[in-house]
Formats: sequence, C-alpha cells, structure tokens
Amino acid sequence: MKKQSFTVTLLGCVVLLIGLMAASLRWGADQTSLHNVWQAVTAAKTTNLDQQIVRTIRVPRVLGAALIGTALAGSGALMQSVTKNPLADSGLLGINAGAGFLLTICLAFFPHLTTLQTTAWAVVGAAMSAALIFAISTMQQTQLNPSTLVLAGIAISSLFTALSEGLALVGQLKQDLAFWYFSGMGAVSWSQLNHLGPWLLIGLIVALCLAPSLNIAYLSDNTAHSLGKSLPVLRALALVTVVILSGVSVALVGTITFVGLLVPHLARFLVGTNYRRVMPITLLLGASLTVAADLVARMVNPPQETPFGIIIALIGVPCFIYLARKEPHYAE
Amino acid sequence: MAKLIDARHIQVGYAQHPIINDLSITISRGQITTLIGPNGSGKSTLIRAMAKLLKIDQGVLTFDDQNLTTLSHKMLAKKLAVLPQTTQAKPELTVAELVTFGRLPYRKPLSGLTALDREKIDWALTKAHLTTLKDRPLTNLSGGQRQRAWIAMAIAQDTDTIILDEPTTYLDLPHQLEVMQLIQELNQSADRTIIMALHDLNHAARFSDNLIAIKDGALAASGTVNDVMTAENLRRIFNIDATLIAYEGRPLILTYETATPAEDVQ
Ligand SMILES: Nc1ncnc2c1ncn2[C@@H]1O[C@H](COP(=O)(O)OP(=O)(O)OP(=O)(O)O)[C@@H](O)[C@H]1O
Ligand SMILES: [Mg+2]
Repeated sequence: MKKQSFTVTLLGCVVLLIGLMAASLRWGADQTSLHNVWQAVTAAKTTNLDQQIVRTIRVPRVLGAALIGTALAGSGALMQSVTKNPLADSGLLGINAGAGFLLTICLAFFPHLTTLQTTAWAVVGAAMSAALIFAISTMQQTQLNPSTLVLAGIAISSLFTALSEGLALVGQLKQDLAFWYFSGMGAVSWSQLNHLGPWLLIGLIVALCLAPSLNIAYLSDNTAHSLGKSLPVLRALALVTVVILSGVSVALVGTITFVGLLVPHLARFLVGTNYRRVMPITLLLGASLTVAADLVARMVNPPQETPFGIIIALIGVPCFIYLARKEPHYAE
Repeated sequence: MAKLIDARHIQVGYAQHPIINDLSITISRGQITTLIGPNGSGKSTLIRAMAKLLKIDQGVLTFDDQNLTTLSHKMLAKKLAVLPQTTQAKPELTVAELVTFGRLPYRKPLSGLTALDREKIDWALTKAHLTTLKDRPLTNLSGGQRQRAWIAMAIAQDTDTIILDEPTTYLDLPHQLEVMQLIQELNQSADRTIIMALHDLNHAARFSDNLIAIKDGALAASGTVNDVMTAENLRRIFNIDATLIAYEGRPLILTYETATPAEDVQ
C-alpha cells in the first residue's frame, strides 16, 4: 500500500475516534448540547449542571473506554504476531480470565484493598495465566504450536471463568460481580483513571515501539538470530506488555473478549500486514470500537444500559466472519 | 591462504545428544568451500554451529580470529549472512519486504531505510533477478522464486561471508545454474567468502575451491576439489561406485552405481 493512502487511513481513524468520543460525550441517558460538552472539556470551572455531569461522569467514562479499547486491541496485535497465530487474543488465551479470577478472590476475601492493590493482583492473575498457557503449549515442542496454544488457552480460560463464578456463588458475591461484569464502562471514574491510566499509557507506548520488530516475529528464531535479533526477547517483552495491558483493563471494567481478536484483523484488512502501520491503526480502531459500543450500550434502552459485551459481539462477530472469509490463508 | 574459520575439536548437538564429535576444520577467506555428505551426516548442524545458532559444547571455533562465543549475534550479523535449509516467514510478506530484512543488522531502532539500505536492497533484487517480482507475496511464488528471494535477503545483508544450506533445492536445472553462477560471481567480483552445503556433487566440484566431506558427524575428507572427489572417497562417504572423468581440470561424475560390498570385490 502507498504511503499516502496509509496517511489518509490514519487520519480517517483519528477523525472517526474524535467524532465518536464527541458523540459519546453528548448523547447518553441524558442528552446535552455540543456547546456544553465543549465547555465541560475546556473551561477551567463550570457551574452548569449538565457540564458538571459531562465532566465528572462522561469524560472519564469515554476516556476509559478509549484507553481500554486501545489496550485490548494492542494486546491482540502483540499476541497474534509473537505467537504467529491469527487467533491469539488475551481473551481467547485465558489471560483476561486469569486476571478476573484473582480479582474475584480480592472481591470475595479482601474487600478493603485499594484500587491499585486489586489491579496489581489482576496483573498477577494475567501473568499466571500467561505462564500456564506457555508452559502447557511448550511442554512437548521446542517451538509454540499454534493449535496447541489456542486449545490450552481455551482450557485455561474456561477453568478460571468457572472458578470465578463458583467463588462468586459461594461468597455470595453475585450482586457485586454482576455489577462489575455488566456495568461496562460506567464503572470508570476519574480516580481510577488517575491511578491506572498511566500504566495503560506506558503499555501502549511500548506496544508502539515494538511494532516495527513484530514484522520479524514470523521468521524462525534462527533466521532472526542471524539477522542480529532475538525473538525470545521480543516475545518476553510483548508478553509482559500484554499482561499489564489486559490485567489493568480487566481490573477497570471486567473481562471483555473479542476486541483483541477482531481489531488487528480489521487493521490488517485496511493497511496490509506491516506492523509499523497495523499497530497505530489497531490502537485507534480499538478505541473507536469500544467508545462506539459504550455509546450504543447507553442509547439502546435508556436509562438502562445494555451489557457492553453483547454490543461488542453484535458489532464484532459479523465483521470477524467477513474478514475471516476474505483471508483464506488464516485457516492454515 | 588466510583462515576465516578455524574449528578445533568441536562437539555440537541437540539437547545433550551430540551429532558432531571432535571435528577440526579450517575454512579459507575469499574462497568457495562446500560441505558434502549423506543425508543426516551433520552438514546443517555444522552450519548452525558456525553461524552461532547452536552452542558448541566442546572445543573452540574462531571466526575472523575471534572466539565465536565472544561475538554477539548483532556483531556477527554484519559479518555473516545465513540462508537456512528450511525457511519460514509470514505468507503475505512480499519479496521486497523479505529482502529489506537483510538490512536489519544495520538499522537503528525506529528509524527508516537509509539511502545505502535502499541501494543494497535494489542491488540484491537485481542480482537475484527479482526486480519484477518484488511486490509479490511469497505465497504466490514458485518454490524456485521463493528460494531466490531468500538468497536475495542474504545478499542484501552485505556481509563478507555468506553461508548457504542447500541453496539449489527446489530449483530446475537452469535456475540451479543461475544460482550457482550468482554465488560464483559474489565470490569472484565481490570477493565474498562462500560456505555452502550441496547435494549435487558435480556442482560442488565445478564451483568450489575446497570441499569438506562429513560422514556420521565426523570429518571424512577435506581439501581441494581434486583431492576430495576421488572414487575411493565417494565409495567411503556415499557408498557409491562413481565413474569419474576430468572435465576442464575438475572431476565430473559421469554415472554411479550403489557400491558393491567390499567383501564381494575381493
Ligand atoms: N533440531 C534437531 N533436533 C534434534 N536432532 C536434530 C535436529 N536437527 C537435526 N538433527 C539430527 O542431527 C543429525 C544431523 O542432521 P543435519 O540436519 O545436520 O544433517 P544434514 O547433513 O544437513 O542432512 P541433509 O542432507 O538431510 O540436510 C540427524 O541425525 C538429525 O536427525
Ligand atoms: Mg541439511
């Protein structure tokens, strides 16, 4: 693809995201004017009630949605490249479920932990899952076998999801957990963003810096070595980034699947397979998808919120099926 | 002749399972040295050891007068390019993208291609006759075209030494010849040291300066082509009875039969 058309696509994605974020600030259970949105975002002080709602509730919600979308999509792109597996995604591989499990333990037994502490445990959970999956899938082969990896991931994911639900039942946490699972982006507050946003930002910057190297992730370890690059080091860096991004996302809004699987495919469909281009587009589209899904979740049946995951699936599944059919070699 | 590689009593293998035992060889700078030997004799294993892709369990291997263990992969990548026997890449990768990987040892993190990078990439594409195919994805190429794309990547690396493990696999006769002539040209006009493994003994005899014959992980013979390509050596190494003639001062195998067991001859 030409450099120019990439720039156009990139700008298009930026405009799309800004448009969706503005729309998401304006519409919701409670409508407001774009003027109020502008004032709420830019003015130093505001006394208007609408503007205050936008500022204290919607702005963090929309920012949170955007950040989480980039985090999930970015982890998807990292995982898909370093595992050479187009189906890899922190949701499908059980990394999110691992984070969710430790988070459930925190909610059940240690309800007084701070946000930062519970998040740290979620990251530990994500790391635990990642370690388990890689241990299982490398047990026999020296190199990661793509289908073993996905099977191991699905098994781990089911295990941790079941454990979390069991624990919730026993600990009578149904209410708390349901709130946390179904509240979607509504759970994101300014204080959470202040605490956790920086971690997501660091993860995203690392993901962008790794992007050029992801192109060689598809070579054999030996070929990479003879070009002076180490794929084991690249894989380790990518995995640590994924663990942080997905652990923090899960701590903020619960386990969201599909974004990480879908968005990198969409980006490759638009700009080809060079990760220098795929990564920025993936991050922008990931944010757009979650912001859009969050907006729709609020608009379908106000003032009730439709569960976020349902919206993502409704938007995502048809897209994914379309893309999967377009690219036959993904079946390999 | 100056020594480029000097291996002294090396042992190399996979996970405690030695394949090459107590092997000592030297490879001269500026020459074409070809490894020959039956399937599974250890040619690729030796190549991996020389390229620092496998650990040398015992003995010492010096490359360019430096102990290989003291050279980092990054430093080595500027001195030595390797075409492995089996290759692996993203199927959608284009020829030009693959060849661009050859410039990785020289590129700074997060920066674009320099003018020199572009020049070397174009040079490699031209040398490998791939200019018209450069935007094609690797999946859409024939086996031979794909092989040439990988060779072009090694050429773009612009190293003094190039190691090729069976570079003519998948190629038809004219393309085999083309690759061998390309390798010869790199050696003669660009003064590259070439180390390769070949199964075609006539090509090995025609294009090499020196031969190293490996059998069962041990050195079976080494020296100039005329020293190594003898009927006795071929019988000992490959278990064949070859009819050899001299053609333009080099041995040529006219035909060969499975060797009759030594007892029957007597
Ligand atoms: N990755 C590996 N792990 C374990 N053993 C291996 C590995 N690669 C090769 N071997 C073994 O090492 C021995 C030498 O193999 P090698 O590939 O070096 O032979 P070769 O001379 O290159 O053969 P060919 O002509 O078939 O390419 C063989 O017995 C082979 O089974
Ligand atoms: Mg071999």
